[in-house]
Amino acid sequence: MGTRYLWFIAPAVIVTVAIIIFPWMFTIYMSLHDWQITGAQTFIGLDNYVSAFADRRFIAAIWRTGLYAVFSVTLPVILGTAAATVFHHEFPLRGLLRGIFIMPMMATPVAVALVWAMMFHPQLGVLNYLLKSVGLPPSLWVYSPNTVLPALAMVETWQWTPLVMLIVLGGLATLPVEPYESARIDGAQPWQTFVYITLPLVMPVILVAVVLRTIDALKAFDLIFTITQGGPGTASETLNIYLYLKAFSFYQIGQASAIVVIFFVMIVALSLGALALRERTRWT
Amino acid sequence: MDVMQAVGPSVAPLRSLSPWPRLWAQARRGLILGVAVFVLVMPALFVFLWMLSLALKPDVENTAYPPIFIPRSPTLDSFRQILDGSPIGRYTMNSAVVAGGSTLIALILGVPAGYGIAKSQQRGMLGFVLIARMTPALSYLIPWFIMFRAIGLNNTLTALVITHLVIGLPVVIWVMVGFFDGLPRDLEEAAAVDGASPWQAFWHVALPLGRPGIVVASLLAFIFSWNNFIFAVVLAGRETRTLPVLVFNTLTFERLAFGPLAAAAILVTLPVLIVTVLVQRQIVVGMTAGAVKS
Repeated sequence: MGTRYLWFIAPAVIVTVAIIIFPWMFTIYMSLHDWQITGAQTFIGLDNYVSAFADRRFIAAIWRTGLYAVFSVTLPVILGTAAATVFHHEFPLRGLLRGIFIMPMMATPVAVALVWAMMFHPQLGVLNYLLKSVGLPPSLWVYSPNTVLPALAMVETWQWTPLVMLIVLGGLATLPVEPYESARIDGAQPWQTFVYITLPLVMPVILVAVVLRTIDALKAFDLIFTITQGGPGTASETLNIYLYLKAFSFYQIGQASAIVVIFFVMIVALSLGALALRERTRWT
Repeated sequence: MDVMQAVGPSVAPLRSLSPWPRLWAQARRGLILGVAVFVLVMPALFVFLWMLSLALKPDVENTAYPPIFIPRSPTLDSFRQILDGSPIGRYTMNSAVVAGGSTLIALILGVPAGYGIAKSQQRGMLGFVLIARMTPALSYLIPWFIMFRAIGLNNTLTALVITHLVIGLPVVIWVMVGFFDGLPRDLEEAAAVDGASPWQAFWHVALPLGRPGIVVASLLAFIFSWNNFIFAVVLAGRETRTLPVLVFNTLTFERLAFGPLAAAAILVTLPVLIVTVLVQRQIVVGMTAGAVKS
């Protein structure tokens, strides 16, 4: 069985090695050097890692990334699960409405980020007008260091709730019918059915969504870069933005490579942790 | 739970002879569902309609307070400004070449790979696809940037096509494995009994059957490549930039020109939005297949 399909897989593997594995190896190699963009390189061992952790800006970026991730995992997962239970029902025009609902995640991120940037404008933006029209005080949104991360996470939530919805919807479609029949016979209320039957059954799928969302939130770039470029000051400078500046504005290739390695280890560790959690809630 | 049952409406009511209570309950359910759907769809609808509104209004209306939602004197001036004042034709071509080229190569490599993985049950390969998805794009960019510089590929469309394979190939493999897994096995077994090689069975049996999966995979790969911003920011030169970079540049130069900014955003993302609404069913299938099974 093994070798029969080798030739189907081999070309993809070779290309993957060339464009993914080799760059990873090369990154580790570069992270151990004082690597100048001009080509000068000296081996310096782990110095890049040491200086990364000594850099307050890097540590601040890690915290910021964590905070941003907490917002932009929890909100989409809760809203997306709720949305999935709604779209699980039959209703007229469901296809079209579901299509509109998933538009934010398919749209070009830079384009929607641009529209949000205009909506966030404190004087001319439509969001403050909407706040005022329901009697709430205006906000500075992305223009204040205090509100910039929640405001960006709000856009991220708007954009990625549909993905969580699709994943959970797929999970809902595979649920067994029997528990629902017994619940109906026992006279359970709809919310009881949801809390005691649906939620535990789709929990493994929700955790898949949590993992994907965590990964994507940690590596968010387009939105933040388009709307604030890490500002005001460094208030929204997440790891990815910091990494971009290090590599392509300051051209500190060796240090940037060390940050990539640290970043990658963090993502893999978090994902493995979440997957271990998922094993414990598995129902099949 | 006990409390809720005590205060809640009577559980499992006796079947009433009159149809009205049931119709009333149905109407109430329908109303709640309707409100819920409205609340869910509204944020998406509002942002895209606002984008349209900004693009169609003249400057005076865009800076008016309170904001004007429906354009009073709609104009295409903003679109004209973007179409005449920027190299949008060239960037559109670049985007089409990069997204089309990388999707095509991803299909050539990824469809057979997906078939091979599905047939030989090499699940480890799928784990690898996941890891590729987990990796921040920036982590590839640094080594690529250095490597492409070394071999003189920086600022070329070739470099962009190659790098966009990182987006397309995992998508194609992911969708195709899910799709080929779901195909009935007997047809290929019949082909094998008739003396067909695995390659012939793939080419004459699985590939025609897999066409819907291939359509989904290519749509997703094309859209994600079309949308990609960061690769082109770093690797493209003045002549090889893609559309998202154009949109971004419009932003930095004309921070307050709401009309042209919105027009640029629409020109880039409208094709994607139309495709999304038209083939939402296939997108739903393609995006959920892998996630649920894994």
